Amino acid sequence: MTRRADAAPERWLRKTGRGLYCAPGDFYIDPSRTAARAVITHGHSDHARAGHDAVLTTAATAAIMRARYGAESAGAYDCALYGETRRFGDVAVRLLPAGHVLGSAQVVIEHAGCRVVVSGDYKRRRDPTCAGFEPIDCDLFITEATFALPVFRHPDDRGEIAKLLHSLAVFPDRCHLVGVYALGKAQRVIALLRESGWDRPIYLHGALIELCALYESLGVALGDLRPVSGERKKAMAGEIVLCPPGALNDRWSRGFPDPVTAMASGWMRVRQRARMGGIELPLILSDHADWDELIRTIHDMGAPRLWVTHGREEALVHYARSKGVEAEALSLVGFEEEGG
Amino acid sequence: MKRFARLLDALVYTPSRNGKLRLLADYFTAAPDPDRGWALAALTDGLAQRQVKPALVRELVERRVDPVLFRLSYDYVGDLAETVSLIWPGNPARNAEPDLSEIVERLRVAARTEVPGLLAGWLDALDATGRYALLKLLMGGMRVGVSARLAKTALAMTGAASLEQIEEIWFGLEPPYLSLFAWLEGKAGPPAVDQRLAFRSPMLANPVELADLEPLDPADFRAEWKWDGIRVQLVAGGSEARLYSRNGEDIGAAFPDILGDAKFDAVLDGELLVLRDGAVAPFNDLQQRLNRKTVTARMLADFPAHIRLYDILFEDGGDLRRLPFDERRRRLERWHGRIVPPRTDLSPLVPFAAWRELASLRDAARADGVEGLMLKRRDSAYAAGRPQGPWFKWKRDPLLADCVLMYAQRGHGRRSSYYSDFTFGCWRGGAEGAAELVPVGKAYFGFTDAELVEIDRWVRAHSTERFGPVRAVEPGLVFEVAFDSIQRSSRHKSKLAMRFPRIHRIRWDKPHAEADRLETLEKLLNP
Repeated sequence: MTRRADAAPERWLRKTGRGLYCAPGDFYIDPSRTAARAVITHGHSDHARAGHDAVLTTAATAAIMRARYGAESAGAYDCALYGETRRFGDVAVRLLPAGHVLGSAQVVIEHAGCRVVVSGDYKRRRDPTCAGFEPIDCDLFITEATFALPVFRHPDDRGEIAKLLHSLAVFPDRCHLVGVYALGKAQRVIALLRESGWDRPIYLHGALIELCALYESLGVALGDLRPVSGERKKAMAGEIVLCPPGALNDRWSRGFPDPVTAMASGWMRVRQRARMGGIELPLILSDHADWDELIRTIHDMGAPRLWVTHGREEALVHYARSKGVEAEALSLVGFEEEGG
Repeated sequence: MKRFARLLDALVYTPSRNGKLRLLADYFTAAPDPDRGWALAALTDGLAQRQVKPALVRELVERRVDPVLFRLSYDYVGDLAETVSLIWPGNPARNAEPDLSEIVERLRVAARTEVPGLLAGWLDALDATGRYALLKLLMGGMRVGVSARLAKTALAMTGAASLEQIEEIWFGLEPPYLSLFAWLEGKAGPPAVDQRLAFRSPMLANPVELADLEPLDPADFRAEWKWDGIRVQLVAGGSEARLYSRNGEDIGAAFPDILGDAKFDAVLDGELLVLRDGAVAPFNDLQQRLNRKTVTARMLADFPAHIRLYDILFEDGGDLRRLPFDERRRRLERWHGRIVPPRTDLSPLVPFAAWRELASLRDAARADGVEGLMLKRRDSAYAAGRPQGPWFKWKRDPLLADCVLMYAQRGHGRRSSYYSDFTFGCWRGGAEGAAELVPVGKAYFGFTDAELVEIDRWVRAHSTERFGPVRAVEPGLVFEVAFDSIQRSSRHKSKLAMRFPRIHRIRWDKPHAEADRLETLEKLLNP
């Protein structure tokens, strides 16, 4: 493609009530309601919804959507490899790794001499469970902004995992109950624990079992995982039990021996947020880019124009403008604040 | 500083009281003098450093960080110390990390112009946890869930003294409390303080319901009104006097009228009130006098303070606390008749023969600054703390009203990123459809954390305007508000003020048009 200096992507890519829409290719990206054609960046439920007619995504994301939504998940899947091009009319589309969760992708859209990249959710640091983000030059970069404030600087993963292992050493008689999002965070925490040498069984709340099994079937080794419920809870002293965040404070969490309540999320950076959630051991582990990763990515993509969505747009827009980038907030409807 | 920073961090994340006590006791045992004394002062709110104001901290951070990005971050995080601790671009190579006592002692002697430089140097040298501790230490308002009493309870765990013994000498101690720690460690005797002006741990009552009372013999009990002020202890001896809150905090600076008239030798237990022409003024009026370092002559005239006496603990140096209640009451009456101290009167006993009779007296007495009744066994000694059995408080059932949420303000401490203080109103005037909402009260508790998260989400989704930390919301969410009474007030647009309002239930189901009207609340006013 020959890229043109006067590219005006706002003429053919716009936000609608359903989400971001590419008119010449007649497709939506992560639409919030059912669409005839949808390009899906990753499997989190605020991006991947059930019921579209045709879906273009990665094979891993398709597998995740099938696991979550079953037969109703989509009319038909077109699974693309990273870097493989598809054409819709005179629009070329390909997916590149976004480093967010297994199967996550940026969407690269080329039309009328203009290259647009929709980041989806992403992070820049290494993740043993998924392919790393690949930056690419573009004319317009549409970025997420979940942690787009300079108070959010995620520390090194290994240090956070070490905090959990240290607590286990200090409190060997207490169960360590770790709140994790079911898709991505759960598997990443397990993989990081394995890298740090924790080879004991890791115990799972029922809601995490299926996606962990799916990751394993897609080649991500997670070691010895076991379900825990009922009477077996009593035997969890000194063990690591993972559960969805919502289970930390509900009835399910009763019956564990003197649990230490931990939570793995980028929001744990703000101590009063952790305290509000009753978290004793905050683990700052995020699948989203922190402030430094966001500004580094804006620099790496080299785009003269930036649209910011999905989070704290104002700060990133302000920063980008101060660096001479033409930046705007793209207030997409239908996105909720989901976990970090 | 590291040890203190780690303590604060651990306190923030430790929800249980016992866990906090263990952390505090470990700290007080392990930390050296005078660090631990300064830490104790900070935790008990005795270490306000007047030189370090939020405006100075903001000014410093805006020199290092883009002010727009700082303000957006502050708006999100909600707590200044936390925002600055996270956003400050640290530079640990520049300075050695300071000790807690070094910080306190250098600030004590620093000239005003030196303070910004000192503070910036320390912020550079510390990590985020250390910066947070430093800013909390210097600006006050720790909000780590530790009350002065909890800190003193932890002290009592570390050494030879009981909580009551510590509380009784606390008023005479100064940071960094070297003599206190020496005593706790058995290296010295109790610190020498003038016991004549000491605070004595007060006797507290347990809440009770009619069903709990039925099996008890009414003849064993005396009843008195529970006045709607604040419980105080007035201690006078020699030519001096002190006024303490029930936690032993010296609140005398705001009440020179009371202290000036206390020309006797006694320790008295009573209720601090604002009294005009013999009538108890609304609690709001008393609030105008509380929490002040000084008061103007105008305030003394507008809000005259008064103590309604319940009990006498010491008379002319003699300890009466072991005497039965009836005997202390007789002594109190005789003493009061003899001295006739100004700005005091006796809280009358309420005669009754049966519990049900007393219940109807209690319900009828919504007027006149009464919150409910106190029941005291006639043979009860005056015992520190909250013993089970001898004393009960029997509060009235609350009043209820359905009100519409109008404004939400961000909270503090662990709620600093949530909208958790709610102003609500009732409908006034107009024909159908033309009614307007007028604010009738504000409440910030009565809901669970989970409910708060839901309300916060609702507020953010239904805001119409923002003024700093406050958002106006469209009418839509109804709270069932409980309150103890309602009074006339010129300070509010509705001309009403609720006493002790709290969110009783969230009426997600109730259409806002069906919330209560102002006239309904006016009917609840005392006649």
